[in-house]
Amino acid sequence: MDAEAAKLIGAGLAAIALGGAGIGIGHIFGNYLSGALRNPAAAQSQFPNLLLGFALAEATGLFALVVSLIILFVF
Amino acid sequence: MASEAAAHKAAEAAEAAGGFSIDPMHQFVIHRIIPVKIGGLDLSFTNSSLWMVIIVALAALFLLAGGRRVVPTRWQSLKEMTYEFIAGTMRDILGDSGRAFFPFVFTLFIFILLANMLGMVPYSFTVTSHIIVTFALALVVFVLATIVGFIKHGAGYLKLFVPSGVPAYMLVLLVPIEIISYFTRPMSLSVRLFANMMAGHTMLKVFGAFVVGLGIIGGWAPLAMMVALSGLEVLVAFLQAYVFAVLTVIYLNDAINMHH
Repeated sequence: MDAEAAKLIGAGLAAIALGGAGIGIGHIFGNYLSGALRNPAAAQSQFPNLLLGFALAEATGLFALVVSLIILFVF
Repeated sequence: MASEAAAHKAAEAAEAAGGFSIDPMHQFVIHRIIPVKIGGLDLSFTNSSLWMVIIVALAALFLLAGGRRVVPTRWQSLKEMTYEFIAGTMRDILGDSGRAFFPFVFTLFIFILLANMLGMVPYSFTVTSHIIVTFALALVVFVLATIVGFIKHGAGYLKLFVPSGVPAYMLVLLVPIEIISYFTRPMSLSVRLFANMMAGHTMLKVFGAFVVGLGIIGGWAPLAMMVALSGLEVLVAFLQAYVFAVLTVIYLNDAINMHH
């Protein structure tokens, strides 16, 4: 296989991990909503934790994107 | 870098052929404004340095101007809200023991917030989209937390690596994991900020290329998408500054009030 083609395939494979970040973010917001509907009084106090969880989950997926971009642009 | 030169050549070739090409990585290029070379070191004043100076100047203007009245003006209220936001977050996590570190965390937060937000201005430069900048910030946090831990607890700080209430045979496995996770903190802290900024800005440029490429007829759909993405990016710009500050406070909390 051509090295250039292998590079593109590898970058694409690395980006698959972003699906995990999507699942994680969906979990966080879904669970926050179900919790907030059960106990709306406590929802506001947990909003910072929601944002923190969202940012942490998103960042984990972006690590994979960085790997993919390194494959594309550095090698 | 060879691949960068190749990308530029490809872009020029595409333009010569009558098509168009947008290089989404071009926005991250650093160029020297005032070249300074001392010995073997390249200490040039670059566009990155210029934007850092602008950030610090704006932060100073924001915090120094606006007066100090008993009945605050709108500007002063904004300053007090920013102060109270970070001070409240620190009180919740760190308690009163960490008030000495408030100036440090507040400075970090304001610097990263302004860097991210100014990066959203078209034709500006995003300082935090370079890993060396975010890694330097994260390394300062890591070294500070480690030094504070050793000053507070002496050699007892090493107990951080030994989780309590775990059978002895599990420690063989857990201690190396704790040590690795401690030393990857500056990595994850810096890569989180850098990757969010770089990925967001690259995505905006890619969608911008779709708008230009599809023209006046088909370009409206990616344009609408871009408006939504710009909103998301402003949210991410704030959120990442907040997350950086919160994680700094959490690491300091580990060092000051050891939980393990």
